[in-house]
Amino acid sequence: MEQAAIAPPAGGAHASTPVHAGHGDHETSTGVTNTKLAMWIFLSSECLLFGALIATYLLYRGRSKGIEPADVYNIPFTSATSFILLMSSLTMVLALAAIQRADYRRTKIWLVATALFGMTFVGGQVYEFTEFVRQGVRVDTNLFGSSFYLLTGLHGLHVTVGIVWLLSLWGLTTQGRLQQKDSETIEISGLYWHFVDVVWIVIFTVVYLIPR
Amino acid sequence: MTTTLTVPKVKRSIFRRPRATTGFRSWFTTVDHKKIGIMYATTAMVFLVIGGIEALLIRLQLAAPNGTVLTASQYNTMFTMHGTTMVFLMGMPLAVAFGNYLIPLQIGARDVAFPRLNAFGYWVVLFGGIFIYSSFVLGGAPNGGWFGYTPLTSSPISLGALPGRGPDFWTVGLIMLGIGSTTSAVNFIVTILNMRAPGMTLMRMPVFCWMMLVVAFLTVFAMPIVTVALTMVWWDRNLMSNFFNAAAGGDPLLYQHLFWLFGHPEVYILILPGMGIVSEILPVMSRKPLFGYSVVVFSGIAIGFLGWGVWAHHMFVTGLGPVAVSAFGLSTMLIAIPTGVKIFNWLGTVWGGSIRLNTPMLFSLGFIAMFTIGGLSGVLHSVVPADTQQTDTYFVVAHFHYVLFGGLVFAIFGGIFYWFPLLYGRFMNEKLGKVTFWLTLIGFNLTFFPMHILGLEGQARRTYRYSEGMGFDALNLAATVGSFVIAVAVLLLLVNILVSRRHGAVAPHDPWDARSLEWSVSSYPPPEYNFEEIPQVEARDEYWHRKYTEDESGRLVRLPSGGADAPSAGAVATLEPDGGGEGGAVVPSGGGHGAGGHGIHMPSPSYFPILMCAGLPVIGYGVVFQNWYLGALGVLILIVGMYAWALEPSSE
Repeated sequence: MEQAAIAPPAGGAHASTPVHAGHGDHETSTGVTNTKLAMWIFLSSECLLFGALIATYLLYRGRSKGIEPADVYNIPFTSATSFILLMSSLTMVLALAAIQRADYRRTKIWLVATALFGMTFVGGQVYEFTEFVRQGVRVDTNLFGSSFYLLTGLHGLHVTVGIVWLLSLWGLTTQGRLQQKDSETIEISGLYWHFVDVVWIVIFTVVYLIPR
Repeated sequence: MTTTLTVPKVKRSIFRRPRATTGFRSWFTTVDHKKIGIMYATTAMVFLVIGGIEALLIRLQLAAPNGTVLTASQYNTMFTMHGTTMVFLMGMPLAVAFGNYLIPLQIGARDVAFPRLNAFGYWVVLFGGIFIYSSFVLGGAPNGGWFGYTPLTSSPISLGALPGRGPDFWTVGLIMLGIGSTTSAVNFIVTILNMRAPGMTLMRMPVFCWMMLVVAFLTVFAMPIVTVALTMVWWDRNLMSNFFNAAAGGDPLLYQHLFWLFGHPEVYILILPGMGIVSEILPVMSRKPLFGYSVVVFSGIAIGFLGWGVWAHHMFVTGLGPVAVSAFGLSTMLIAIPTGVKIFNWLGTVWGGSIRLNTPMLFSLGFIAMFTIGGLSGVLHSVVPADTQQTDTYFVVAHFHYVLFGGLVFAIFGGIFYWFPLLYGRFMNEKLGKVTFWLTLIGFNLTFFPMHILGLEGQARRTYRYSEGMGFDALNLAATVGSFVIAVAVLLLLVNILVSRRHGAVAPHDPWDARSLEWSVSSYPPPEYNFEEIPQVEARDEYWHRKYTEDESGRLVRLPSGGADAPSAGAVATLEPDGGGEGGAVVPSGGGHGAGGHGIHMPSPSYFPILMCAGLPVIGYGVVFQNWYLGALGVLILIVGMYAWALEPSSE
C-alpha cells in the first residue's frame, strides 16, 4: 500500500515527551490511571448486573408456591460466613497498606488471609446450597429456588474469581514480581474485592434479613 | 480485569512474541487500533451481506399473497436472524469500527488505552457471530425473534414450544457478544477520558468522539441487563427454573421489561454513532463550523439519559395501566426534543454554507431527511391510542427501518466515502458513489415507505404470509422490488470499496479541507504511531485553525502552509513509508524540533487476545449442549490465555 507522504501543516512546535501508547498510566487527562478508571467503569457495569438480579428477586419475593425461605434459612450460620467475608475487606486493605510500604512478607500474609476468608465464605455457600437442596429447594422447585440460586450463585462466582485473582497476586509477590511500585495492581484487585463485599451486604439484607 | 504487569525480564516459554506488523499473519496478533478497526468493518460488512440475504428471502416470501419461498418455521428463523445480525453483528460492530479507527486519531492519541483488550473485543464479535451462525448446522437456528419474548423462548426444551437448540445458541451467543461490546466500550471510555492530547478539552473534542463516549456509557450499562434476562431464559429452558413460568407465579412480562430496558438504550447505541459521523461530514462539506456545537453535544448526552426512561413504549399493549402508560408516553415525547434540536443544528450547519454535493454529503443529507421521517413516525408511538393500533404491524417495521437504515446505515455509507482516503490514500469512485446513493435512497423508500400504509391497513409483522384480497398485494410487491434495488446499491458499494483500495484516484493530503486532527497525520494511511509528535490542541476544529485565520473584516484567510512553524512541516515529509516495522517503532528524527532521538514505544502484537477469546465459543458449545467437559476445556483455554496475557508486558 503506497502512502501519500505529504507534508501536513504542522501545528505548534511543542516537543511533547513521547507518550507510551497503551500504558500511558503516568500522564492521563483525568489524573486517574487507565486501569483504575477501567475498573471503576467495569464495576459500574456490574452494579446493573446485580441490580437486575436483585430487582428480579424482590419482584418474586413472597410469590412462591410451596417451600419458603423461612423454612430453610439458617440465619446464624449465614451471618457468620457473611461476617467473615466482610472481614476479608479489612485484610485486603492491610495487604495494600503493606505493599505500599514495601513490606512484602505482610503483603503475602494478608493476601492469603483475604483469599482464605473468601474461601470460607464460598465453602459456607456450598454447604448452604447442599443443605437447601437436601431440604427440597432446587432451581426448578419454585420461584424462590430459581431467583435465590441465580442471585447468590452469581455472587459466589464473583467471589471465586476474586479468590483466584488474589492467589495469583500472592504468587507474583512470592516471586518478587510485584513490587512497591506495582501497588496499584493490588489496589485494583481490592476495588473489585470490596465491590463484591458491598454487593453481598445488599444481597444478605434483601434475601436473608428483610422479613416477608 | 487487565492487570498489566510491567515486569523487566520475563521468560516466555509458550510462544515467542509475534513481531510482524505486516502480512497475513499479523492480522491475528495485531493490537493496532487502525487494523482492528478495519477488521471490525470487514466483519460487519460480511454480516451486512448475510443479514441482507435474509432480508431478501423475507421479501421474496412476502412478494405475493400465500408465498411459498419459505416455510413458516424457516420464516421465523429468517426474521430472527435478520434482526439479530443487523443489530449485533452489523450495526454495533460497524459503529465500533469507526470508533476504533477514528477516536485515537481525533483526540490526538497513539492508540486506545488497552490495545490488547481492543483486539479481544474484536475476536469476541467474530467468534460470537460464527458461534450463533453455526447453529444452522448444529441443531436449528434461532427462531424466537431478535427480542426473544418469553414464555415462548423460555418454555422448557422438553415441552417443545421452540424445538431445537436455536434459542440456546441465541441466548449464549448474545451473552458472548455482550462481553465483547462491554470490553470495547470500557476501552473507548478510558481512551476518550484519559488519552486526549494536551489542550484537547472535552468541549474541543470532535462530536463523533462525544457521541461514541455516550454510546460507550450506554453499552456499559445496558449489556449487563440483557445478560441477566438471557441467563434467566437459558435457565428456564434448560434447568426448568421458573422465572417466566406463569403457572409457578413467574412473570413473563419481567422479561420484556428487562429486554427493553436494554433494548431502548440499544437503539441509541446504534443511532448516536451515525449522528456523530454526520456531524463530522456536514461542517466539512459546507465549509462552516458545526452550528451550535455545545447544543449538539448536550443533546446527545440528554438522549443518553432520557433513553433510559422510555423503554415501556415497546410494551403499551401489555396492560401496564394508565399511569405507567401516560408516564412513558410523555417521556417518549420528551426525547423527541433533543433529537429534533440536533436536526435543526445540522440544517443550521448546512444553511448558507458553500456546499460540496459529493457522495459523503449526499448520504449525510439523506440521513437528515430519512431520520426525520423515522423520528416523526416515532413520535406517533408516544400517542398511546395510536400506538395500540400500530403495535405489531408493518408501521413499526417502517418506523425503525427509517431510523436505523435511514439513520445509521446512511451515515455509515457516507462515512465510508468520507474517510476512505484516510484509510487508503485513494478516493472511492465518485460517479459510482452517486449512483450508489440514489439507488440506496430510491430502493430504501420503495421498500419501507409502503410499509407505513401496509401497517395502518393492518398487515401484521412476523407473519409468514397473507391472504389474497386484503389489499396488501401491490405495496408488498413494491417493497420487494425496493429491497432488490437496495441489494444492488450495497453490491455497488462493496465493489467500489474493493476496487478503489488499489485503483482509486490518488488522494492529496487533506482531500476535503477537513477540520479535525485525523487528517493532520503525515501520510495516508496514518503511520502505526499516528502522530510523530503528540499534537498540542488550541481550539475546537484544531486542524482548521492551523490552516485558516480571519482578517480584520472576518473573512477567512489561508495561513501559509505549516502556519507559524513551516520548517517542521518539511521535516516530517521525509518520513519513510511504513515506518513502524517493529514493536518498538522507529520515528524519524524530526529535523527542526525537539523530538529528535525520542523513540515512540508502541504496544507489541500479541497472540493472547485471540487465544483467550477462543475459549469463549468452546464454553458456549459446552453450555448449549450441556457437555461440561467441553465447558471446562473452554474455561481452561480462557484461563491460560488470561494468565499469559497478564504476564506479558504490553510492549517490549
